[in-house]
Amino acid sequence: MPDAAPTASATPEKTSKLRDAAANAGEWLLKVLLSPFVEISALFKLLWEALFWGIRPPYRGRLFVEAMEFIGIGSIFLVSLTAVFVGGVLALQLVDGFRDFGAENQTGAVIGLALAREVGPVFAALMVTSRAGSAMTTELGSMRVTNQIDALVTMAVNPVQYLVVPRLVAGFVMVPVLTMLFNIVGVMGAFFVAVALLGLDPGVFMDRLQWLVDWDDVSQGLIKAMVFGVAVTLIACRQGFYAKGGAAGVGRATNRAVVQSAIAILMLDYLVTSLVLGEGFF
Amino acid sequence: MKLFRSNLIRLTRPPLPPQVKDDPIHVRIRDVHKTYGDHHVLNGVSLDIYRGKTNLIIGPSGSGKTVLMRQLIRLEKPDSGALLVNGVDFAKLEGLNLAAMRRTFGMVFQMSALFDSMTVFDNVAFPLREHTDLSRKEVRDRVMDRLSVLGVAAAAHKLPAQLSGGMQKRVAVARAMILESEILIYDEPTTGLDPITTEMVDDLITDAEEMFGVTSIVISHDMASVVRIADHLSFLHEGQIAATGTPQELLHTEHPATAEFIRASRISLE
Repeated sequence: MPDAAPTASATPEKTSKLRDAAANAGEWLLKVLLSPFVEISALFKLLWEALFWGIRPPYRGRLFVEAMEFIGIGSIFLVSLTAVFVGGVLALQLVDGFRDFGAENQTGAVIGLALAREVGPVFAALMVTSRAGSAMTTELGSMRVTNQIDALVTMAVNPVQYLVVPRLVAGFVMVPVLTMLFNIVGVMGAFFVAVALLGLDPGVFMDRLQWLVDWDDVSQGLIKAMVFGVAVTLIACRQGFYAKGGAAGVGRATNRAVVQSAIAILMLDYLVTSLVLGEGFF
Repeated sequence: MKLFRSNLIRLTRPPLPPQVKDDPIHVRIRDVHKTYGDHHVLNGVSLDIYRGKTNLIIGPSGSGKTVLMRQLIRLEKPDSGALLVNGVDFAKLEGLNLAAMRRTFGMVFQMSALFDSMTVFDNVAFPLREHTDLSRKEVRDRVMDRLSVLGVAAAAHKLPAQLSGGMQKRVAVARAMILESEILIYDEPTTGLDPITTEMVDDLITDAEEMFGVTSIVISHDMASVVRIADHLSFLHEGQIAATGTPQELLHTEHPATAEFIRASRISLE
């Protein structure tokens, strides 16, 4: 009987611990499930703030030019280099595949269509994310953890207006420009591989391309590029702007920005394509 | 052009009425509370900041000094309480009124918070370019004058990363003072500095007060600096002002936590 007392008191304690553990697990699961919605609402809040402050004076032209130069001019080499190889490998695959049923003369048309509608905007946005998006997050994150953003506030300068708005506008303008560049260089890369290396007739390649690809295809890609441009700069700015936890926190924010941007590009790609084509909704 | 800059014009502070200028108390902090989740950091802080004096707020790490500073400059909004600056409740202001009122304050952050992509000159010129319509020459003259007074004119074209900690502090003071703010707030200005630079920063705080006639609020836990520069001292403990008075009064306080803090820092007036 003397041994019974500790056993009796340990059981409710154990039950209580189990209950706490279950509650913690439930809380954690709920947090995980809600986190994408929390993140999306934070993005929309920042977008709304940027729109609100973007239309208000003062308009700092120099900051817009600097942001466009950083996102656009600074990405030309990377986008061009990627475009040459993407165009080249598309040509390689398509010529090889089409040869099986004698349709290799359609290579130019399919490449033009793929680049204009899908590959151009997606790859241009991914390149901007990897080069400019990550740099933006790091820059804003460093400013946050070293109180430079607080310093702006104390000097009565709105940090969203000063730091986020120029970058969003630059993304909106420059990603479509880079997409056009990607399309042109991509076609050149494909042309070189298909004609110079695989022996396709240059006239047929260009004729088929012009025959199938029209302005609607190009504009569909440009609409996507605008959406991607806003999305990737918004995600990069949001992660940097609210970074915390010192240098390690900035690193984590940069990592999140790149991952979220890549996912957002692919999800928005489907969404915009569905809207433009008017089909494919769930 | 005037239309585009209209909000800048509205940010200009109105002149102070004479009765406010003569009030020896510049800022009245009354019953300020701030909570993060379940953690009550400020539990009803009440404090007077004296005009034209160096007011120090001291306390151990985690006592709420930096949180109080963030409420004071309105980087965060207090949950309740009043921050009366020249008689206006800063805690209740929003939008352009808040932005205009912020120009009353200049802030020197712990790590100076200079914009690392700008030169020293551009850092100091930044508030003038944002909030005034001064010509390039007027901006240059005013910035160089301020840098010369603070002894950093030779570094005008350097980047902040090329400066020592003490020089960065001087540039931060120049930037905080360029719009002729009435109140300068220093957050832990001597943390991480060697004794010589610490003394230099202390001199800088008193010099700024004498040269520009500002009210200084210094958040610190460096008792050596406190004794050197403080006109008025307040001890923050567990989110409340536990003791307040002149340095002499506080060094002889009977408040246990304050006495323990002073004893541990091995400081005396001798």
